[in-house]
Amino acid sequence: MFANFDWDVIIRSLPYLFLDGMRFTIMLTLMATAGGVVIGTLLAMARLSNIPGLSQVAGAYVNLIRSMPLVLVIFWFYFLVPYIGQWITGASRPIQVGAFLSALVTFTLFEAAYFCEIMRAGIQSIPRGQAQAAQALGMTYWTAMGEIILPQAFRNMVPVLLTQTIILFQDTSLVYVISVTDFFGAASKVAQRDGRLVEMYLFAAAVYFIISLAASYWVRRLQSRIAIIR
Amino acid sequence: MITISNVSKWYGTMQVLKNCSAEVAKGEVVVVCGPSGSGKSTLIKCVNGLEPFEQGTVTVDGISVGDRKTNLPKLRARIGMVFQHFELFPHLSVMRNLSLAQIKVLGRNPKAADEKGRKLLERVGLSAHADKFPGQLSGGQQQRVAIARALAMDPIAMLFDEPTSALDPEMINEVLDVMVALAKDGMTMMVVTHEMGFARKVANRVLFMDKGEIVEDAPTADFFGKPRSERAQMFLSKILQQ
Repeated sequence: MFANFDWDVIIRSLPYLFLDGMRFTIMLTLMATAGGVVIGTLLAMARLSNIPGLSQVAGAYVNLIRSMPLVLVIFWFYFLVPYIGQWITGASRPIQVGAFLSALVTFTLFEAAYFCEIMRAGIQSIPRGQAQAAQALGMTYWTAMGEIILPQAFRNMVPVLLTQTIILFQDTSLVYVISVTDFFGAASKVAQRDGRLVEMYLFAAAVYFIISLAASYWVRRLQSRIAIIR
Repeated sequence: MITISNVSKWYGTMQVLKNCSAEVAKGEVVVVCGPSGSGKSTLIKCVNGLEPFEQGTVTVDGISVGDRKTNLPKLRARIGMVFQHFELFPHLSVMRNLSLAQIKVLGRNPKAADEKGRKLLERVGLSAHADKFPGQLSGGQQQRVAIARALAMDPIAMLFDEPTSALDPEMINEVLDVMVALAKDGMTMMVVTHEMGFARKVANRVLFMDKGEIVEDAPTADFFGKPRSERAQMFLSKILQQ
């Protein structure tokens, strides 16, 4: 049944698929993960804080984001933010953000909500005595967090954080809705230009599968390497 | 050194400390004992503000713990505390456990902090274990490291919250020996413990608590010789039978 398939189309488009498409996908994944983890950790600390109101605000944000489909948020950001920018700055025309920046901000803010819940679980997994010991030694909240609680929380949560990153890696393909060319977008364009839909989509699926599988395998190995000796 | 006056504390509607008053003078060793759930640990945690309290005052070296204006981290840095479950930082080496707070809190340079840590490890007999992680040590060794960690801050007083309760019987003595040596050196100590042998040997006074109250506050010899309260007598007869 593969007789009249043209596998050569893949070879011909490799540079475009990987140098343009995959580079964008990986950059977006890594940058959104980094930003998402930082903001997510701050959100988690806010959710667990006993400063009046702070926990509720962070909680409301997380619940709002988590109850919306990602595609909707991508759309919303891409089409509405220029107008909000215009409204805030009072400019005469909508502020152009650019597709990459828009996608990056969207994914960062979106993922932050998920990373927040992961980090919250991570912080809560550290026995209360650890915080008490840090306090008893005279550490301030920020020192105790930075030196004692978060390093342990991160280590406990690395597998889950990286699993979430793999999900993010797959979700970045949704940027096609704002016509950004990621790996999937590149494959899709070639597929339609050359009329080779089956070949390109099969190839794209295989690439996502292999990368995700390799990453999961690496996560499992990393997990045993960084485990805290108990 | 430590003055606790009329401290009361509630968890919701349940009162866990009832009008507690006590004093620990400089160089004194005071043992706090009593049945579990009597508020001993809560009381000792009020001394460095790990547990907030609703009424009364606690002062350490003239500084009020409950006062909102007090810089609590700064005060806590001067009071050593040893916990029932050691609470060493499992992701840091033994040496780093000893030096971290010296560097981050006291602002010592890392070399001086390491030097200090090494000396204290030697003092608790664990020089060989500086580069290990807490999880690689036995309970007794971990607790000795925890004592060294507290001492590294040059505390003016030490608080012990049931330091031997989580240990296997054969490890209790190695920890108690360190504590006895510390008491002999003149350290001001407040010790929550069930180790009556230790109390007899080094305590100047014994506080007996029951149901959130300090029922008895007596010199050690008097406490073991002729405890006044019936509850203390019952407690003693039970615990000394073992």
